[in-house]
Amino acid sequence: MMIGTQPLLELKGVNKSFGPVHVLRGVDLSVYAGQVTALVGDNGAGKSTLIKGIAGIHSFDSGEYLFEGKPVSISEPKQANALGIEVVYQDLALCDNLDVVHNMFLGREESKGIVLDEITMERRATETLASLSVRTLKSIRQQVSSLSGGQRQTVAIARAVLWNSKLVILDEPTAALGVAQTEQVLNLVRRLADSGLGVVLISHNMNDVLQVADNIACLYLGQLAAQIPASDVGHGQIVELITMGRSGDIGLNPEVLAAGGHA
Amino acid sequence: MSTPQVTDVDIAAAGDSAGVGQAMGDYFRRIKGGDVGSLPAVLGLIVLVVIFSVLEGNTFFTALNFANLLNQGTAIIVLAMGLVFVLLLGEIDLSAGFAAGTCAAVLAVTLTKWGWAWPLALVAALITGLVIGLLIGLLVARLGIPSFVVTLAAFLGLQGVMLLIIGDGGTIPVQSDVLLAIMNKNMPVWAGWLLWLIVTAGYALVSLRAIMNRRKVGLPSTSTSVWAAKVLSIAVLLGVAVFLLNQQRQIVRPGKVACVKLGPPNEPLGCIPVIQGVPWAVLVVLVLLVVLTFVLGRTAFGRHIYAVGGNSEAARRAGISVSGIKIACFMICSFLAAIAGVLLASRDNSVSPTTGGAQTLLYAVGAAVIGGTSLFGGRGRVMDAIIGGLVVAVIANGLPLITQQSGIQYVVTGLVLLVAASVDALSRKRSSGSLR
Repeated sequence: MMIGTQPLLELKGVNKSFGPVHVLRGVDLSVYAGQVTALVGDNGAGKSTLIKGIAGIHSFDSGEYLFEGKPVSISEPKQANALGIEVVYQDLALCDNLDVVHNMFLGREESKGIVLDEITMERRATETLASLSVRTLKSIRQQVSSLSGGQRQTVAIARAVLWNSKLVILDEPTAALGVAQTEQVLNLVRRLADSGLGVVLISHNMNDVLQVADNIACLYLGQLAAQIPASDVGHGQIVELITMGRSGDIGLNPEVLAAGGHA
Repeated sequence: MSTPQVTDVDIAAAGDSAGVGQAMGDYFRRIKGGDVGSLPAVLGLIVLVVIFSVLEGNTFFTALNFANLLNQGTAIIVLAMGLVFVLLLGEIDLSAGFAAGTCAAVLAVTLTKWGWAWPLALVAALITGLVIGLLIGLLVARLGIPSFVVTLAAFLGLQGVMLLIIGDGGTIPVQSDVLLAIMNKNMPVWAGWLLWLIVTAGYALVSLRAIMNRRKVGLPSTSTSVWAAKVLSIAVLLGVAVFLLNQQRQIVRPGKVACVKLGPPNEPLGCIPVIQGVPWAVLVVLVLLVVLTFVLGRTAFGRHIYAVGGNSEAARRAGISVSGIKIACFMICSFLAAIAGVLLASRDNSVSPTTGGAQTLLYAVGAAVIGGTSLFGGRGRVMDAIIGGLVVAVIANGLPLITQQSGIQYVVTGLVLLVAASVDALSRKRSSGSLR
């Protein structure tokens, strides 16, 4: 996969504090279209804060936020959605009592006048699932309550893709899945990127990360330890970056680390 | 998606149902999966009718009693329709019964004491319902007080408001021929059959059009044989009901004859007026059924109600105004309670402090739950209120024929509600436990 000249999403030196707690410190991040960028880091490293900032759930205190090369200011989720940014949260946010189509169009239903246009919705949902080569659903009209964990994840991802999205952020999509389902979801993640979308994958599972990611961004105590091509690092190095912020020549400056992470 | 490449997808093919056999198979699979819907209620209704017919056939299974039963059930059914909206959210409205009573009191006072024209009085009663619902909805959705507590307070408070409105008199008569006709007069025989034709043909055409539209774009659809079977069963069921209601059901005492013409001048001596035809109240229920089913099933608003009931956090993240939906549902519930109040006033020809009290509310909640609406939210239909309301009405109507002990009647009704709630809880357990 060739790296485009211009990143789809680029963050430069973003900061975020909650009261006295400085959660993000000058984080840089580049996400390219057609690539899976894994975001790794220990609990409390700032992953959630970072993606919530990208998604507009809260805005960054300072720093640059560039989307397709243009500086944007995003302070609520709808603005992010309008740019083509979709987030699939860990709890998926699906309604068990509605079917697959209803869930995919939840809150953005197609209608003719006041009447829901079920036919258009069903066709678009079918097309989207087809374009993702999803073959695990028996019927698109079955209730989500009858789906397995992997199928639910698939529906949640398909919903994110439905809206001509350009960037899809996945929060631990494989955390609760078995081996076979993890494989299915990872394949789906790969296909998303191969079809031209920018994908940010948050995961604690290094095997998953190394299997699908093109490059890996590692957060350490609110700072970006390194963003490196996945081919350049191995399992052990990523773990070192996550736990110590540094591995060999890559990672945070030793002086910064010695100062307790305070630059 | 930039490159939607269609690979082999069997989503569409799998959903195609071949015929009645396949449809039945799908239905049984759904029931096994925990989605029992109205099945227990329909079976219960049949069992109850059979039991009462065997035990007290002469009095229970008569045209007169059938019409009586509808009359007794109408207000409960309308109240239950409103409760379906609140139950869909996983909330409860304990005050609906007294909301009905309060609105009926407003109707009676404006009509009789203040001498308003009936349309004005009716509007005043309905607006009262909307205001009650708005207040409850605001307290539940904006302040976050549990609906159980808010509506329990409203249950007590509205009882008082009702007493204050009615005043010292105790009972206020309702003097309006139009309003009294709703629960006391019947359609002409021909109008009953016309209604049957409109409902059956309307259902057939609307459902056929939906099937054709899906076929046209190549989406899986119900097969024509399933459609025909559904239309036929509706035609037969409604046909039997209209036929029964169109029988003469006046009680002819020995030595007296029935007469069609009313009014003293041309009334033969000792003549008993003929009673036959579909009660007008049935038309009210049918119109509400069609409108509310459309709202719940075919509009984004209805879809959002189900979403909030299923997973309110998911609904919120999808950009749905959860508090807006909640307020709207409480308003719909109280609005329908107001209609039920008007029906009660029409049935009793008057409004008293007991209107909408006693078991009215519990019967209505029971009707919705017995019909298949879940107490846990997210599952239910307007039709449930009708089926469940008929079950409640059959019990309330049939039991007194068998036993005069009101103790037994309460116990049986309580048990039926408990059984319905158990079915609901079990089916919920089943559907959440399956295939996870």
